Amino acid sequence: MSQLVQLTVYGLANGAVLALAALGFVLIYKATSVINFAQGEFLLIGGYMFYTAFVVFQLPWAAAVILGVVGAAALGIVIERLVLRPLIGEDPIAVIMVTIGLAAVLRAVVQMFYGTTPRTMPAVLPTGSADILGASVPVNRLFAIVVAAVVLGGFGAFFRWSRHGIAMRAVADDQQAALVQGISVHRIFAMAWAMAAVSALIGGLLLADLTEVSQNLVGFGLIVFPVVILGGLDSIPGTIVGGLTIGLISQYAEGFSPGASQVAPYIALVLILLVRPYGLFGQVRIERV
Amino acid sequence: MAATATGIHHTSYASELRLRHTHAEKTRLGLMLAGLVALPWLVDPYWLGIINTIGIAVVGAVGLNILVGFTGQISLGQGGFLAVGAFTSALLAGRAGLPVPLSIAAAVLVTAGIGAFFGLPALRLKGLYLAIATLASQEIILFTVRRWDWLTAGQGFIDVDRLSLFGYKIQRLSFEFTWYWIIAGIAVLAVLAARNLFRTALGRSFMAVRDQDIAASAIGVDLTRTKLMAFAVSSGYVGLAGALTAHYTETVTWERFTLVVSIQYLAMIIVGGLGSIAGAVYGAAFIVLLPPLLSELADLLRPAVPFLADQLPAVQVAAFGLVIVLFLLFEPRGLNRIWQRVKDYIRFWPFRY
Repeated sequence: MSQLVQLTVYGLANGAVLALAALGFVLIYKATSVINFAQGEFLLIGGYMFYTAFVVFQLPWAAAVILGVVGAAALGIVIERLVLRPLIGEDPIAVIMVTIGLAAVLRAVVQMFYGTTPRTMPAVLPTGSADILGASVPVNRLFAIVVAAVVLGGFGAFFRWSRHGIAMRAVADDQQAALVQGISVHRIFAMAWAMAAVSALIGGLLLADLTEVSQNLVGFGLIVFPVVILGGLDSIPGTIVGGLTIGLISQYAEGFSPGASQVAPYIALVLILLVRPYGLFGQVRIERV
Repeated sequence: MAATATGIHHTSYASELRLRHTHAEKTRLGLMLAGLVALPWLVDPYWLGIINTIGIAVVGAVGLNILVGFTGQISLGQGGFLAVGAFTSALLAGRAGLPVPLSIAAAVLVTAGIGAFFGLPALRLKGLYLAIATLASQEIILFTVRRWDWLTAGQGFIDVDRLSLFGYKIQRLSFEFTWYWIIAGIAVLAVLAARNLFRTALGRSFMAVRDQDIAASAIGVDLTRTKLMAFAVSSGYVGLAGALTAHYTETVTWERFTLVVSIQYLAMIIVGGLGSIAGAVYGAAFIVLLPPLLSELADLLRPAVPFLADQLPAVQVAAFGLVIVLFLLFEPRGLNRIWQRVKDYIRFWPFRY
């Protein structure tokens, strides 16, 4: 029982981070129909940017977070403008490959500056452990879940009520109609990339606080795919459900047989795709010649 | 047959379907073959080893291009299929004692079958969903070969015996030299077979599916059969490349077949040119040559820019990524298109077009 509670908390904490990473992925895919294979690298860069501001420059953690958010947003905008915009309307294979190339460049740049040794940093979230149903559970994981929930809620509110959020949904729905309404699609594209980078940054710094800052953060980028397939590419609640489910599945699998967490999400993914080719919550599209 | 392409007009389908139309093209082919024959005498064993690696990569890249470039089914599962080919051939030759040519042939068939199985999702999926499904197949295959102790007898890797064919065992001194002939022969045959595949009805139906699959099915192309055949043929090539890797490198470990390898192969066909057999060859050469050339360059520049040499692994990854991005931004049709433009320039000279 206590192991089950522990695995559940670990799974939910990982799932919350996954949901943040997946949110960024979905934002980009919905607004610009680009499949971003560099999402894991955004997590990585986010983690290292925070590390630089917080540990290397000794800034207070709040200032480091703000600096990180600004940096991530700038990075997202630059990447969109330089790399993705020239490829609008190209073959999906080309667009996928360009983000893969981008991922290699980003990873290499991080490696050039910081090497491959993992860095630890002083904990920001409170440490210690709490008792839940007789199981001892690290407090920082609980806090990570709360932080992720707040951020996801913030993004949800942004899309629901803010002017820019509604404009983004309009572009995702129909680009031409949005253009006719006077929405600048270019600006929305840039915004989508900036916000994706920011949500990945928050995921990255949560992960960095829970574990350590290392190249392994990239691994989270690939598990985003089962998450988005599970949650569907169209909905933010879907990414939350998907993130938590995949987080739990892989933790339970890990508890069942160590190492199984690497493959369990993909098996779940294949099973879902076999039954529902557009994911659990995805919209079925009708194709015409 | 005319000397150059100027003024060629076809009077029969047979003449249009011919692979080479002019004396210039035939001469070029002859020169290239002569170059291939002369090559092993001209370079030292280190570079010959790299050339052998290129040869294996050519087989794999041609296979991937059949699937991605010609049939339009994106696949991130290349590494997994290479692993299937390598493990099958190594096990059949080592544990079952099959002669190596037979074990390689069996590896081709097994990989083709497994490729067709993992191609099943392609019947219903496209684009992103297919990319993710093949990513899943990569991870699942790799997890299997990593965790299934029976495959490696608990060692984590398989030792493969030095290749011996018809009672002749490859000598250590002439190792790369002998392998060159084997790999070059197989690569030439593989390229030729792929070129000819696209003159057949099956090859044409692959391209029809790529261009518009619903329209293709409306004119009578059997989508199920075509997509599964594309996965099978492509995986067969990839299995061949995997089996060659196993016998050439003489060890098989899962580390050689990670997602990074899948991405490298995709980079080969992007850099070379999607949907062109020659492009797959150029791309394979380019991507395999990139790291050793960079390390030579870094050594050369060590006094001036020590950074390059110190950070060589990171620099190599960055260069790899940059090459993909730059090609896609500035020449999405790859090296093959660049080579064609060079040929056109020479052909039309002194006129611009």
